[in-house]
Amino acid sequence: MAHAHDHTHGSDHGHDHAHDEHAHHGPDKGIMRWIKTTNHKDLGTLYLFFSFTMFFIGGLMSLVIRAELFHPGLQFVQPEFFNQMTTMHALVMIFGGIMPGFVGLANWMVPMMIGCSDLALPRVNNWGFWLLPFAFAMLLSTLFLPGGAPAGGWTMYPPLILQTGAAFPLLIFAVHMMGISSITGAINVVVTILNMRAPGMTLLKMPMFVWTWLITAYLLIAVMPVLAGAVTMLLTDKYFGTSFFSAAGGGDPVMYQHIFWFFGHPEVYIMILPAFGIISTIIPTFARKKLFGYDSMVYAVAAIAFLSFIVWAHHMFTVGMPVTAELFFMFATMLISVPTGVKVFNWLATMWRGSMTYETPMLFAIAFVFLFTIGGFSGLMLALVPADFQYQDTYFVVAHFHYVLVPGAVFSIIAAVYYWIPKWTGRMYNEHWGKIHFWMSAIFINVLFFPQHFLGLAGMQRRVPDYNVAFTDFNEISSIGAFVFFLTQFIFIINMLACCFGWFGRKRDLPARVWEGARGFEWTVPSPAPYHTFEDQVELPDYELSMGGNGEHAH
Amino acid sequence: MSKMSGLLRGWLTRCTALLGGLATMTAAHAEGLSYDGAKWNMPQGVSVISHEVYDMHMLAFYVCCAIGVLVFGVMFYSIFAHRRSKHPKPADFHESTTIEIIWTIIPFIILIGLAVPAAGTLIKMEDSSHSAMTVKVTGFQWKWHYEYAGQGVSFYSTLAADSNKARQLGSGIDPNTVPNYLVDVDHPLVLPIGEKIRFLITGNDVIHAWWVPDFAIKKDAIPGYVNEAWVNIQVPGTYRGVCAELCGRDHGFMPIVVKAVPKAEYEAWLTQEKAAEAAGNSQADVPVPVAGAATATTATATAATEAAPAPATPAAPAAAAGKDMSKADLIAAGAKVYAANCQACHQASGEGMPPNFPALKGSKIATGPVAGHIEQILNGKKIMPPFRQLSDTDIAAVATYERNSWGNDAGIVQPSQVAALRK
Amino acid sequence: MATNAANQSSRYFVPAPSAWPFILTIALLTIVYSVGAWLEERQLPTNAMIICGVALLLYIVFRWIRDVVLESEGARYNAQVDRTFRWGMTWFIFSEVMFFGAFFGALFYTRELSVPWLGGLGSKVMTNVTLWPGFEAGWPSNGPGAVGGSFGTMPAFGIPLINTILLLSSGVTITMAHHALKAGKRPLTVLWMIATVAFGAGFLFCQAHEYIEAYTKLNLTLHSGVYGSTFFMLTGFHGLHVTLGTIMLIIITLRLMAGHFKPDSHFGFEGVAWYWHFVDVVWLCLFVVVYWL
Ligand code: HEA
Ligand code: HEA
Ligand code: CUA
Ligand SMILES: [Cu+2]
Repeated sequence: MAHAHDHTHGSDHGHDHAHDEHAHHGPDKGIMRWIKTTNHKDLGTLYLFFSFTMFFIGGLMSLVIRAELFHPGLQFVQPEFFNQMTTMHALVMIFGGIMPGFVGLANWMVPMMIGCSDLALPRVNNWGFWLLPFAFAMLLSTLFLPGGAPAGGWTMYPPLILQTGAAFPLLIFAVHMMGISSITGAINVVVTILNMRAPGMTLLKMPMFVWTWLITAYLLIAVMPVLAGAVTMLLTDKYFGTSFFSAAGGGDPVMYQHIFWFFGHPEVYIMILPAFGIISTIIPTFARKKLFGYDSMVYAVAAIAFLSFIVWAHHMFTVGMPVTAELFFMFATMLISVPTGVKVFNWLATMWRGSMTYETPMLFAIAFVFLFTIGGFSGLMLALVPADFQYQDTYFVVAHFHYVLVPGAVFSIIAAVYYWIPKWTGRMYNEHWGKIHFWMSAIFINVLFFPQHFLGLAGMQRRVPDYNVAFTDFNEISSIGAFVFFLTQFIFIINMLACCFGWFGRKRDLPARVWEGARGFEWTVPSPAPYHTFEDQVELPDYELSMGGNGEHAH
Repeated sequence: MSKMSGLLRGWLTRCTALLGGLATMTAAHAEGLSYDGAKWNMPQGVSVISHEVYDMHMLAFYVCCAIGVLVFGVMFYSIFAHRRSKHPKPADFHESTTIEIIWTIIPFIILIGLAVPAAGTLIKMEDSSHSAMTVKVTGFQWKWHYEYAGQGVSFYSTLAADSNKARQLGSGIDPNTVPNYLVDVDHPLVLPIGEKIRFLITGNDVIHAWWVPDFAIKKDAIPGYVNEAWVNIQVPGTYRGVCAELCGRDHGFMPIVVKAVPKAEYEAWLTQEKAAEAAGNSQADVPVPVAGAATATTATATAATEAAPAPATPAAPAAAAGKDMSKADLIAAGAKVYAANCQACHQASGEGMPPNFPALKGSKIATGPVAGHIEQILNGKKIMPPFRQLSDTDIAAVATYERNSWGNDAGIVQPSQVAALRK
Repeated sequence: MATNAANQSSRYFVPAPSAWPFILTIALLTIVYSVGAWLEERQLPTNAMIICGVALLLYIVFRWIRDVVLESEGARYNAQVDRTFRWGMTWFIFSEVMFFGAFFGALFYTRELSVPWLGGLGSKVMTNVTLWPGFEAGWPSNGPGAVGGSFGTMPAFGIPLINTILLLSSGVTITMAHHALKAGKRPLTVLWMIATVAFGAGFLFCQAHEYIEAYTKLNLTLHSGVYGSTFFMLTGFHGLHVTLGTIMLIIITLRLMAGHFKPDSHFGFEGVAWYWHFVDVVWLCLFVVVYWL
């Protein structure tokens, strides 16, 4: 983000660029810089600002939801509009917030972590980004169409979703565009990692963040096209008379759910694996101790990714599958707890007998381990089919996935931004306000989502704008948590923008290695990182590996 | 201001209650989800299965608590004891195959401990055979339709008027003043206790889900497909549920109310309903659209039932006894014939004893074309002896009985059709 | 590893800032938005919008490809960039495979699960008894509603077989072209390429013929229940890929004529060849599971 105002030319670490004029001339000026850029740092910045904007919009929508649910009875919005909010909230948060957030971090950090000059396909990278603002502009514009935005839930189940009005084709095409964006981005990351590592950086010496992103990218390439196929079938069912999802023609509405969740479940791990990588980067730094069980961490991520392809129907236990299928998906799903557990235990073992300090990134990382695990526990409970019959489509599920998504994925993004913003901007964030932001977030996220467990168990179903008075108490608590948590995020964004633009007289006075416990390529370049880094590949000194990766490996 | 403090006091009590609730998680809520006051936990419900489900849930909950205490205990101890000020020199171990194997195996074992009971309960839940009666449940946007199979009783069940009034945007009615706000209906489903009741659940327009927490039943109502579920209610009472699959605008406003009463009461109620329907002053004569999006659906459905007598009609005059019998008479007679001749193999439940004695419930023969059905009775097949000795009337009666029992619904058979097919 | 002799630079080529992706996206948006409006019959000049969008799209694609070609011929790509393209193309094709996978999955599901269930087989007896009495499962099927009316199917060993032969031969000819190129026999390469393009065009012609046949004679249409849906979506998307592939074949043929590509470095050529083989393989699967079985 350093480049939002001024930018530093690659030339400031005196390479000779004789045979590549492009490396020489820095970015264009003004808006054109951002439109035309092929620089991974610029694009990372764009992705992160976009992600943040979407988090903000999605957050506003969730506040509409929480405001309506503050008390029983309809106070503010009609049921249709409520459903539109629920649907859009989810689509915006998942496809606009979390995923671009992680891609932005990959853009910034993957090349700097493996020591190469840029992503492998910079022009494609630029396209991958610009698809998103347009796709979301189109999607959000449906709110103003006759019939309003899609209201069938983010899962877009037919036949209901086929009742959508003028918004329908735009929803489908927006999903297509997001899909293209994700696939191009993923291919870029895979190719970069496989093809452009610094000499001597073997696969098993890569930082965990790079590993998790490599595997995430594979998941993306494998499942985004499947989602594209699913929504295309919706399109033809609505406009071209096909019968994929209509029994009269021999199809089955449930078939859509199978195809969707074949994408959907890997998708949820797409939203958590990079988070695992971030946590595995931050904890060793502040524990001043090497990551415990690097290899098993890698294998665990691979195992989770593999399993994520054979558990999809745990979202569909109530559709009336043959009992054998239900049993299979229950067992497979439960199995995922094992590799995930390995990761949790490894993080603890890394902290164990370390020498820890609790700067803001570390605080968020610890909160992640704590709260994600709680979300994982509820996930395990959901995996038990007989019990899931009671949980399914209740607020217990809503609580589950918000625990893994908000204090999980979102906290990891926040932690990462705190952790790397000094490197990006050369300015240190305000630790005092960082801690305030942390404690407010950590407390109110639980005020917001913990009571939803009780609501679900007591019988409050999802996706309703109104409820029986018995549920009033917990809904009130939850809504208050929502508003405070949302407002708290302004502390964060101001703190970060101040680093980008040097508000409050923040100075660029940071050493290359901002965190004394940090290791890896990114900490060998000056802060802020120059516009061009590692144009000439250099060997990574072993002690730089000694914390992130496992030095002993000579594969 | 006073409102403020009111709210505050409210939360204080709630927060204490919350803790209390956590402490007493196990305290059974046998009265079930009666929506009276805050609840923290899943209802234990009123069937054997629902109790098993509740226990499954609590087991998983305690296992997670135990693991949580362990894991978080270690974490917070480390956070406290291994902070730099107390522990300036970090250790430098970073691997231990043994411990990594241990913490891979132990969770695995725990999981098996959970999977086994879960599988057991699940298999029981999915076995809806040997049910004493069947109710067909159809989800509509946005109401439920109930049909008592073979009883000719059926009606819609819609959100109660007072709730409906209060839930309108800006109605100005305080939901707290409405009894059973959003979980009350005009025409509840009445069921007998102590009997295995099978539900055939389907949807008319979009996917809904029929959920009664106290029965631990939640099944999607899918257009064009039928899902089965069952319950054996132990305790009389009123049990409330909701539609649990997003089905459009009023998804939140199509509740379910079940009144479970002793068998006798149920029978009484049923006869009343029948009377009412006969008198026509009930919803019953509202035509029930057949499930499955397309109009083609209705077409085929009716076509098939009409088609049954068709082949026989030309031959009808040839048959000595030309006079047709009423469905009721045929079924009544058929029940006796069945008990005397068929029950030994095909069972009272119509489930048969596969593989040797196939089920008639839902079987191709007993629900397929009439001719095939009659011929099999006349001539037998494989180990099944021929039953030509029976009279046309008896065969027609028993065939009709088979085509209209155990959820079968495949039209009636007249003696004339049997006569036509003899020889 | 094929290395462009002219560039041994250790530097990885990072293209100059470019506006093409941004404008391309605008074109794309224009197209999808107006198609959406058209589907919903909204009061917009959709046709005009679509035409503008497509025109802009084609222009940008041309300019973008042109830049890449110039960079490549300008020897800006070193061996590492070459590897990038190989990996990139590989994973792109993999994503295409998954896209087709969704539709093959739908075919499997409807054929092996949903239609039999509707016919009362497996665990869904009551579905048939209560909702679709008298419906017998089978394949091809347009469901218990007989959606789209009775229809005929394409005999596997008519046009489809011809198409199979055409595509397989094109696979051979493009390989011959590749060998010729490596052997530096440019005119021969061009000839083989022309043959390949011809086969591709032939395939498309036959498929067009087949579709007309289906619609006019067999009453086999998109509306013919799940059979029609899966049949046309699978063969249709494949046909679309063949069309794209043929266009790409034409482009590289022209480039060959223009003297592009070197015997030891010609990824542009190989990329297209890979794509063509992928289309080929998809067809074989189609031939077996859609037409034959
Ligand atoms: C980041 C996203 C994310 C993640 C990581 C997970 C992780 C898991 N999820 Fe979740 N899930 C969602 C996002 C996510 N989920 C979403 C968005 C939905 C709802 C979609 C919708 O309907 O809208 C959903 C819904 C959902 C359902 C369907 C509920 C329903 O609709 O009825 C189920 C059912 O099995 C489930 C299970 C699991 C399991 C078993 C895990 C496991 O991966 C968790 C594993 C982790 C742990 C178990 C904790 C750590 C482990 C240990 C400390 C070791 C020891 C522990 C034991 C041995 C128990 N999830
Ligand atoms: C990642 C996904 C994500 C996130 C972050 C959230 C965040 C929130 N969600 Fe949402 N939610 C979903 C995914 C998510 N949700 C999904 C998938 C559903 C299901 C929809 C459906 O049923 O179809 C759902 C549904 C859902 C419901 C149920 C609606 C219903 O069933 O009718 C509710 C109700 O309370 C709710 C509330 C909230 C609230 C109050 C937040 C608050 O946390 C919002 C406040 C958060 C922010 C303001 C973001 C802060 C982030 C940052 C500051 C990061 C900064 C980043 C950078 C700098 C790059 N959500
Ligand atoms: Cu019916 Cu939700
Ligand atoms: Cu899942």
